[in-house]
Amino acid sequence: MRTNKRAAIRGIAVASGLALALTACTTDEPDEGTETPDDAACEAYSDYQGHDGTTVSIYTPITDVEAEAYERSWDEFEACTGITIAWEGNDQFEEQVPVRAQGGNPPDIIFAPQPGLIELLHQGGYIVPAPDEVRALVDQYWVEGWSDYATFDGVFYGAPMSANLKSLVWYSPSYFAENNFEIPETWDELLALTDEIAATGIKPWCAGIESDAATGWPATDWVEDVFLRLHGTEAYQQWIDHDIPFTDPMVAEAFEMVGEILKNEDYVNGGLGDVSTIATTAFQDGGLPILNGDCALHRQASFYGAQWGEATVAEDGDVFAFYLPVIDPDAPAPALGGGEFVVAFSDRPEVQAVQTYLATPEYATARAEEGAWASANNGVPLDTYTDPVFRLVAETMTNPEAAFAFDASDLMPSEVNQTYLPQITEWILGQDTETTLQNIENAWP
Amino acid sequence: MFGIRPTPEGEKLLQLGVGVALFLAVVGGLLIVVDRGPDLVAWIGRKLRGGKDPVRRKPAREFWGAMAFLLPAGLLLTVGLLVPMGRTTVLSLRDRFDDEWVGLENYIWMFTQGDILIVLRNTLIWVIVAPFLVTAIGLIYAVLVDRAKFEWFAKSLIFMPMAISFVGASIIWKFVYEVRPEGSDQIGLLNQVVVWLGGTPRNWLVMRTGALNTLLLIVILVWIYVGFAMVVLSAAIKAIPMDIIEAARMDGTNAWQMFWKVTLPSIRPAVIVVVVTVSIATLKLFDIVRTMTGGNFGTSVIANEMYTQALGSAQQPGRGSALAVVLFLFVLPIALYQIRELRRRREEVR
Repeated sequence: MRTNKRAAIRGIAVASGLALALTACTTDEPDEGTETPDDAACEAYSDYQGHDGTTVSIYTPITDVEAEAYERSWDEFEACTGITIAWEGNDQFEEQVPVRAQGGNPPDIIFAPQPGLIELLHQGGYIVPAPDEVRALVDQYWVEGWSDYATFDGVFYGAPMSANLKSLVWYSPSYFAENNFEIPETWDELLALTDEIAATGIKPWCAGIESDAATGWPATDWVEDVFLRLHGTEAYQQWIDHDIPFTDPMVAEAFEMVGEILKNEDYVNGGLGDVSTIATTAFQDGGLPILNGDCALHRQASFYGAQWGEATVAEDGDVFAFYLPVIDPDAPAPALGGGEFVVAFSDRPEVQAVQTYLATPEYATARAEEGAWASANNGVPLDTYTDPVFRLVAETMTNPEAAFAFDASDLMPSEVNQTYLPQITEWILGQDTETTLQNIENAWP
Repeated sequence: MFGIRPTPEGEKLLQLGVGVALFLAVVGGLLIVVDRGPDLVAWIGRKLRGGKDPVRRKPAREFWGAMAFLLPAGLLLTVGLLVPMGRTTVLSLRDRFDDEWVGLENYIWMFTQGDILIVLRNTLIWVIVAPFLVTAIGLIYAVLVDRAKFEWFAKSLIFMPMAISFVGASIIWKFVYEVRPEGSDQIGLLNQVVVWLGGTPRNWLVMRTGALNTLLLIVILVWIYVGFAMVVLSAAIKAIPMDIIEAARMDGTNAWQMFWKVTLPSIRPAVIVVVVTVSIATLKLFDIVRTMTGGNFGTSVIANEMYTQALGSAQQPGRGSALAVVLFLFVLPIALYQIRELRRRREEVR
């Protein structure tokens, strides 16, 4: 009797084990639209046919809500062409990409936010040049200069993906209206407003720079914005190219000016604590105290719009953003921004097809429709942007007259960035400017 | 040699082979000393006494039977452990792009950088404080809970954190250490307690004077491992023969003397196991530091720094490898001590 029971149990265990193993073997059925490559809707994708059944992996630092929006944006492309796009979002991206490249296990495509990282991959010979069609698209639809960011030693690697504007200050329009605060137009007015708000009892500014391995990057945006306003785009380029040392008085001046706000116990960290909480608050949480009135101003890029959740982003809504004021009213208003670049490790035809598609205005429009995103691709009709902040970004980025400057720390060599980020974190925590700048200067190759 | 010019790959393979052989020689030599040392001493003793040493050679069949089991494991160990060890040692002597030999430059960098000295200091603090705390608290708890009512419940409570990964525990404790401005509601347990006691809430993770933030991170490791220590030590305490305890009681020892003079010496092997295990786990520690502070605020340890240098965008595999070698040197005495203890215990049993 007992042996029969035991045999039965063993039998069931083996059977269920096999069943479980079999479930691992079945493939997922695509549950997107039932379009086949013959449908009329797929006419637009006729250039990308011929790669049915292939998979292209895309690796990015983008996760969560933003990632879901991306995955939806190419549903139609996947259904019509039969190419499966496998998305991998990982916030250890900057560290993992060189590891994977060296390990011989790179993804097919990456959305690289730092040209410095692209340069590193270029030096290692891991990435492949972009197809000519991509270059043609970039020349046609982007303001001149954008193709340079992903070009090294004359080799062009990829088109820009999204564009973000960093020279923004988020605030609550209702809070401003209640207290009769005006949007400042100059830096002096901004400081005056800061004092006004501080007088009401709250700390006017809030900030968070924690971001895992990249902790400190929002502070570098502060410094870059101020540097541009103090010294202009030419000096900015000298700073990036290391024609002036990092310890140059111009850089020190920018740091000190940022410190007037970010290291000032009376001005920060609204709703979150003292100055040191800037270093321990995640950047995603940095602006949220605005929503419950514990803080009034948060200087952050346009992509922060995705963090507000249910709050309405509009000029008369719960939150909105104004342009970070200039210091010198006579100088051109600089626009600090950034973006990612679509770079490939493989030149397989399906990878090239995806790369080309992602550079087209059709794709950019599809992605813009998912919201909370902007591109510098001028083929996207501005009305596609329903969110006023992202529309502002697109308007600025597609304007050839704008004094656009790409994020400096992203353009610097990645080993400098690797020291810059922890050093600026130490600076926030009290390290003096001179030591900080010297340490960063020492990291230049 | 022989007029053959080695290809670049061949040259690298040769270097690799030399590195591996050197490494095997050193480690093998050490292990032979540890293994055969006592035999050599005994042999000399016997010779001095004029006796014959007993035949110690094993029959051939037993030898090849043992080899059949050991060879696959040995092969995997060689490929997966020894070869990378050799390669790391070689890498630590080369420059960033693995192009040229730079000798001890990476090591000199390590000891002249203020940051890295702090990393080394932190690692030392971890390796001294953590095992001590884990063992002490585990031992005290085991003694107190021994034969108490609801012993199983008390043990389960303290053992539960072992089921949580380091990262999971770090996230829990990140909330415990969380700070909110004075006057608003605290969401971090530590700050809430501080406020209840009348103090001001602090940003604990950035407080590096007296290595306070490192000690706070050590608390997390202790929290996880104390269950393990308690279980092992409790079993050892229960294994103390009753006659010893009764004899001691009849001699009129009080509880304090009982603990120090009877219990502790009897469970010495178990204590050593716990201390060694936790020490090695501490030296390897990466997740807690990474998750809590990312290595910032002066809390980084060798394993974390090694990762940042070698695999992160610092792209300095030479320096990362040098740190790895130093870490290995830290672990070596502990491992050798454990081997010696095991050896000694094996002989006691024989």
